[in-house]
Amino acid sequence: MKLAVGAHTGTGTWLMQRATAIVLSLALPGLTIHFMLAWPVDFAGWQALFAPLWMRVLLLLTVLALALHAWVGVRDILMDYVHFTGLRLALYLAVIITLAGSVAWLAAVLWSQA
Amino acid sequence: MKFRLYRYNPESGKQPYMQDVELDIDPAGRMLLDALLAIKARDETLSLRRSCREGVCGSDAMNVNGRNRLACITPLGELSEPIEIRPLPGLPVIRDLIVDMEPFYRQYRSIKPWLINDDPVPETERPQSPEDRALLDGAYECILCACCTTACPSFWWNPDKFVGPAGLLQAYRFIADSRDEAMAARLDNLEDPYRLYRCRGIMNCVDACPKGLNPTEAIGRIKALLVKRRV
Repeated sequence: MKLAVGAHTGTGTWLMQRATAIVLSLALPGLTIHFMLAWPVDFAGWQALFAPLWMRVLLLLTVLALALHAWVGVRDILMDYVHFTGLRLALYLAVIITLAGSVAWLAAVLWSQA
Repeated sequence: MKFRLYRYNPESGKQPYMQDVELDIDPAGRMLLDALLAIKARDETLSLRRSCREGVCGSDAMNVNGRNRLACITPLGELSEPIEIRPLPGLPVIRDLIVDMEPFYRQYRSIKPWLINDDPVPETERPQSPEDRALLDGAYECILCACCTTACPSFWWNPDKFVGPAGLLQAYRFIADSRDEAMAARLDNLEDPYRLYRCRGIMNCVDACPKGLNPTEAIGRIKALLVKRRV
């Protein structure tokens, strides 16, 4: 059977994976050090850590980069191993819902009035 | 010396199996191919491809102790025993160490491995500057033995869609050639999540290449060109 190839896409996704990798390699160690310096924290201290707006924005952007990075990686794995197109599309959808849902949930938690 | 050879004859109706073979041979100065030909002289049913016996034709690529190598330029003395010899992975086995190279060649053909230049044919050759010629070093030396492509997991999973390291190295060889006029079409042909972007740079190809070439670097240059024309 003939194969349809030549999608003229892929460069953007590849570039996004590289760009988000740079963001994560800078943000994750920074955030980890920031949390470690405040350790140990009780609930009030934990809340205070996320009180500044820049902190919440930074964390949300980092997790957004993580979600985009994970999307490209998981999509690559599925393209390798799941060759039945219908099943692959269903799995893509499940991954997108999980990742987008996690990011939205994080935003809701960060901006909730607790 | 002790050998373990992959044997398969589809006409026998038997499953593939590993055959233990003992051979009295002095490894000094000898290559693996010498040993295999000595074994074949004893048992002519052993099937393998070979021709130039000096690492130029690329016919005797096989999996030796887990690595894809050319038997003719693999010194016997540096191999640990028992020397386990299998056909190249990821391609259908025709018999013993002979694989069907068609999936590999199909990908090679798909990148149009010839010079595309619609200018009138000049009376003499098409000259290149030494700098332009230097761009082809590390790309033109490929002998198409398939050691790299069959060492690549991305090719194992999608041999029908992923061009593979050998094909992509050759694609770059023509993209980089100052005499070739089809760079845009060649990049269009490769810009695809399967054809090019299955490569994740694990560099099995670099490890396997018996000519010491670097397909991963060439693939990186193709990606850089695609990024440049996009952003």
